Amino acid sequence: MNQPANIPSAQEANHPNSWEKLRIDNLHAFYGESHILHGIDINVNKGELVTLLGRNGSGRSTTLKAIMNMVGRRTGSVVVNGNETINMPAHKIAHLGLGFCPEERGIFSSLNVEENLLLPPHVRSDGMSVEEIYEIFPNLYERRTSQGTRLSGGEQQMLALGRILRTGANILLLDEITEGLAPVIVQKLGEVLSLLKERGLTILLVEQNFRFAAPIADRHYVMEHGHIVEEVHADELEAKTELLNTYLGV
Amino acid sequence: MFDINLFALFGQLLVGLINGSFYALLSLGLAIIFGLLKIINFAQGALYMLGAFIAFLALKYMGINYWAALIIVPVCVGLVGILMERFLIRPIANEDHLYSLLLTFGLALIIQGAFTHMFGSSGLSYAIPEELKGGNRLPFMYLPNYRAWIIIASVAVCFGTWYMIEKTKLGAYLRAGTENPQLMQAFGINVPLIVTLTFGFGVALAGFAGVMAAPVYSVSPDMGSNILIVVFAIVVIGGMGSIGGAILTGLGMGVVEGLTKYFYPEASTTVIFLVMVIVLLLKPAGLFGKEA
Repeated sequence: MNQPANIPSAQEANHPNSWEKLRIDNLHAFYGESHILHGIDINVNKGELVTLLGRNGSGRSTTLKAIMNMVGRRTGSVVVNGNETINMPAHKIAHLGLGFCPEERGIFSSLNVEENLLLPPHVRSDGMSVEEIYEIFPNLYERRTSQGTRLSGGEQQMLALGRILRTGANILLLDEITEGLAPVIVQKLGEVLSLLKERGLTILLVEQNFRFAAPIADRHYVMEHGHIVEEVHADELEAKTELLNTYLGV
Repeated sequence: MFDINLFALFGQLLVGLINGSFYALLSLGLAIIFGLLKIINFAQGALYMLGAFIAFLALKYMGINYWAALIIVPVCVGLVGILMERFLIRPIANEDHLYSLLLTFGLALIIQGAFTHMFGSSGLSYAIPEELKGGNRLPFMYLPNYRAWIIIASVAVCFGTWYMIEKTKLGAYLRAGTENPQLMQAFGINVPLIVTLTFGFGVALAGFAGVMAAPVYSVSPDMGSNILIVVFAIVVIGGMGSIGGAILTGLGMGVVEGLTKYFYPEASTTVIFLVMVIVLLLKPAGLFGKEA
């Protein structure tokens, strides 16, 4: 095969750095005529917790959806666990080890709590057991026979998160999981994320609540108008606080 | 004036239950296709007729008996449905529901027209299988074996289908796939494949009903269009898309029709539509439907 010199050879592409779980190059995403993402570059390494910060409408949720191929059209490159997915149908992408928790939580009203929990198929073999998930979120066990959408917002969020932990996904894409929840539940979710990080899971988190994200995240990407405008490492936070405020402040 | 002829009453009840069995099978297929895929399949009656004709032709030209036809015909009709979904309905899946309704209505007319052209509109007869000939004398009525079989077999198939959709993992995929197909794809489930198979299954139920009907009703090109309007009324009464509602309403309306035939025969062809009007006025989502 003839390839231009600047594209990595097939051999290199098949043997990516094993610590690189997610690598996004020049990602563009479109809904119909609207061009939402304008060439995003992101990489997330094994065991890292990386956040996407930005104002509403800056393209953070769309970035997660574009990774899952849930947008109208996308171009560029999205490599998941070493596999290029840009031309893959949506239903095959999860099986590379991705778990997606959507902003609206996506709890199914036609299923009860336990059916919701058991719904997503296993994508890898070493997921948490149902017992383990009930141990982390005892509320879900109490309410396992309730209709999924009868749960409180916090319980629904636990269910949406617990559901993808069962599948064995080792890269989690979490969209605004603290939105609209009481402080005590936000704290609980923070503990769970720390636990997942300890276990070596890789997390890309879209978050509005910077105070929630700052203590647990390794790096932050700041988005504006469908571009990545800044990358901030955890140890640079103090020095760049003012800059972040200009990007995120209202 | 109130001396009730039990023999006649039970006779009409039995006819009602038989008709109800077919209503249940056909409305169940429609409810699955509508409830899970949001497609109003007007071709369901034509596919029921197709099932009866395939059974008739398979027996006449290939010697395939009734019992084999009960398996083979639903598979054939299901395959026709799968081709329909894949090549005709999917391309217009994102349009208004009216498009798929008109498309399937057109297909129904084409299928019915083709069979009328080939076989004429007079009915053909299909013999009751040897094993189910004869019957039993019960206290108030004579119960032919084949009629008892229709009721048992349809109730079993309907219950099995209900169980599969409401109580199993596969059913959970179907229900969740209806609610949020995009998220199901993101979980790694091949939703378009599930849609195609579900459509095939809903249509296969019509094929099954066709084979069941061949020995009791005459096999004719217009058998589907005659029953379909009633079946649509039943789906509306039961609640569009309610699986259990379609089954219970199908059987129930058969009985209501049978009773009407006994007490006031003149109204027997109208009574279901009367019930539909009353239900729509009092509970627009149908007896078992969820209020939107």
